[in-house]
Amino acid sequence: MAETEKMVFDGKLDINYKYASGKVTGKFYDEIEENKKIFGIKCSKCNTVYVPPRQTCGPCFTTMEEWVEVQPTGVVTNYTIVNYAEPLIQPMEPPYAQALIKLEGADTPFIHLIGEVDVEKVKIGMKVEAVFAEEKTGNILNIKYFKPVE
Amino acid sequence: MKKVGIIAVEQTKFEAARVESGFSDLVFETSGPAVKKAGLTRDDIDQIVTASQDFWDGRTISNFAVSEACGSYLKPESKVAMDAAMAVFYGLARILSGAYKTGLVTTHCKMSQGPQNVIYNAVFDPMYQRQLGLDFVNAHAFQARAYMEKYGVGPEQWAEVTVKNKKNALKNPKAMDGRELTIDDVMNSPMLADPIKELDCMPVSDGSATIIMAEEETAKKLCDKPVWIKGFATYMDNYYFGDRDLAEVGALEKSAKRAYKMAGITDPKKEIDVVELTEFFSYQEPMWAEGLGLCDRGKGGDLIKDNISTQDGSLPINASGGVLAGNPHTVAGMVRVIEACNQLTGDAGEYQKDGAKTAVVQSTTGPCGQSQCVMVLSTD
Amino acid sequence: MGRKVAIVGTGQTKHKARHSDMNIVELINQAVNRCLENAELTINDIDAILIGNMEHFEGINLSDMWASDASGALGRCGMKITTGGSTGTSLSSAAYYYTASGLFDTVLCVGWQKQNEGDTTAGLVSATDPIWERASFAGAFGTFGGAATQYMMETGLTPEDAAKVAVKNKRHGRLNPYAHLHLDISVDDVLRSPMLAYPIRMLDLCPASEGACAMIMTHEDNVKKVTDKPAWISASVCRHDSAFTGDPPFFLDLRTLRSAAKEAYATADIKDPMKDLDIIELYEPVTWAELSFLEALGIGEGGKVGELLAQGVTSIEGSLPVNLSGGVLCTNPIGATAMCRVAEAAIQIRGEGGERQANHKVNTALATGYGGNWWSDLLILKSSL
Repeated sequence: MAETEKMVFDGKLDINYKYASGKVTGKFYDEIEENKKIFGIKCSKCNTVYVPPRQTCGPCFTTMEEWVEVQPTGVVTNYTIVNYAEPLIQPMEPPYAQALIKLEGADTPFIHLIGEVDVEKVKIGMKVEAVFAEEKTGNILNIKYFKPVE
Repeated sequence: MKKVGIIAVEQTKFEAARVESGFSDLVFETSGPAVKKAGLTRDDIDQIVTASQDFWDGRTISNFAVSEACGSYLKPESKVAMDAAMAVFYGLARILSGAYKTGLVTTHCKMSQGPQNVIYNAVFDPMYQRQLGLDFVNAHAFQARAYMEKYGVGPEQWAEVTVKNKKNALKNPKAMDGRELTIDDVMNSPMLADPIKELDCMPVSDGSATIIMAEEETAKKLCDKPVWIKGFATYMDNYYFGDRDLAEVGALEKSAKRAYKMAGITDPKKEIDVVELTEFFSYQEPMWAEGLGLCDRGKGGDLIKDNISTQDGSLPINASGGVLAGNPHTVAGMVRVIEACNQLTGDAGEYQKDGAKTAVVQSTTGPCGQSQCVMVLSTD
Repeated sequence: MGRKVAIVGTGQTKHKARHSDMNIVELINQAVNRCLENAELTINDIDAILIGNMEHFEGINLSDMWASDASGALGRCGMKITTGGSTGTSLSSAAYYYTASGLFDTVLCVGWQKQNEGDTTAGLVSATDPIWERASFAGAFGTFGGAATQYMMETGLTPEDAAKVAVKNKRHGRLNPYAHLHLDISVDDVLRSPMLAYPIRMLDLCPASEGACAMIMTHEDNVKKVTDKPAWISASVCRHDSAFTGDPPFFLDLRTLRSAAKEAYATADIKDPMKDLDIIELYEPVTWAELSFLEALGIGEGGKVGELLAQGVTSIEGSLPVNLSGGVLCTNPIGATAMCRVAEAAIQIRGEGGERQANHKVNTALATGYGGNWWSDLLILKSSL
């Protein structure tokens, strides 16, 4: 009987997706694109201001409708420096900084990137401000990244 | 509540890439022998629960592929798309409902077949997170740092976990990555996403696992030493990292509390003999141990130093080598169940804990331990 | 057996081609909230949330995690169960088992899909074996074409007979405000619609929809506190089949459904399905499937199902209405599709069907799910046990 070789069969799932943003996410991006403003959404029951905004307050299971403008400035509450390359998914060349950023006026920090920075210098408590993208991206990269406040 | 017992277990040897086998081959490698070990044939299996992920398999309806391999054709089968410990839970519920007397629960994953970071990136929502390059490693770096900052723990303690578990695995013939390492080896391994280094991460691995369970009378008839599922609970935590304190383990604490209550455990530190938990990253072993109430918060790192969680310690954690020694996603929780069963039936070979009677298993699905589950197993 | 279990609430979104004003989790949330409202319960009454969809259709891995706020799973037990087209019935059965087992008292299950955010056929092709079948598999309707041809040969039924299924279900669907397609069509319209894969024409086939459907189940000691019109689960049976699409014999004599019906009838004490069942909600992905699947349920066997249809027995005015909701031919958000069948059965038993409510009292209802490789789920609901 002939020797069989181990065989690897190439395959690829290649599907394009078009995600409806919903009204809440839609307004969030409209405000960034049109007015360079960042909005959170407030739960009428627990008063938490969520950034990024979403429709349901998980713990209260309420539908949120009250928009609250927050500042484009905030602090880093947590971070990591990414040192490996994964070009299919990464928005920047490594090494780059990802951080949880709590904007002034918001109760929940959210994940974004830190740019215009020596990554070695990123630390918790660092003050940062939003740098808006020059062109609409239609996604979270409408905020290009956050940069340290001098 | 009636009792349900695990009467046979089987796992593949885990390897970095099982190039010669498709996932149905891997499933057959464990389901066939498990049925035989239980003293049954396919006809005796009333129902099947599988656990797999369409993303890891690159197949939609990923249970489609394994129906012959697990014997589910013309039988009631269902797929749990989470860690396989959750499939054990569903198999248990089906038997407790009275609808079935026996069940086979099987799981498979070949991490080697797909682009791991891209698959994990798809866990993050397309509205706010996906474009930021999040994947399994850098997402968990946030939790590692939060834990570090809040409880003053650190990478040296986590390095001890890797050293312990890879060494433990040397005695486990099914483990993939058993080796002798030093703390320095781990500390000097490449920094992937600060504070997570290469040797803090689970390796890429392929394999499958199967268990057979049965209601009390059937289990006793078929098996000298059934392992009873005495407690089980699962809870879900927040999705967005900013919505929760990543250093806390609320869903795990709630799961442990409920599972312990069901099993009648009042003092986990004293009443548990062995623990198998799902540490995808080294920092998670102490963190989950704290959530399980095996020590105070922030003290998980002392368990190795105090010779408690070591293979020959008073409360071994991952004596098998754990996930750090190589178990794929989805399969990892089932391997924990199997290792716990082996300890309780005295089949853990060179890493047997003498006289083990009560074991606790922890598993998790989702980013940073979002969904947690805890199971108490016992021979009593 | 364990505890008796009843469906005490249902809720669904309007099903349509595109919900451009709601994202995935908002869609799920709407069905969950409508279900809670229908059951007159709050999220705090729910112990566990079971959720499912088909992941590649929206490209969200572990979609239950993102949905945890909106589905109500946060702080509760959240579990994801997916089996392709049968996801909705797999979730329904799971909710039943979890409640009957005593592990949870009250369980909410929700199935959802936003099919038009991705590419249905591309997503579906990946269900087949990548080495042997993927290159030649043409999505669902290719396989249905072969199966329908074979069924036509064996029974002598014609495309006109199949077209009547479309006309009936579309007519029912017009009475259902949640149905996706509200079409007024004739047999001729069906026979003149574009041929997709002989003998399947466009109007023989289900649409691709976006929508979500949810149900709440609780156990016998709790039911009375919640509702005076429970839909009790009398039988829940599942049969899956082999891994290759060509392996199961004679596609349209669905052996999985025939086998499931035999067991379910014994459990639910159904001696003559024509007499003992009051309505059927059938998972009919194509017109032909309604005919042949009814035969597998022991109704109109030997091709006589065509006469039953022509005589109006399975219409809203008939003695055994089939697919009062409009069926899958009107509405197909895949992860929710099979749950819509069970929910409609419960709606009919609870007398909440509005314009599409059966003319006679519904005490016993049968719902099926279909998916994977000729898999079947079957549930029988009753107004009392």
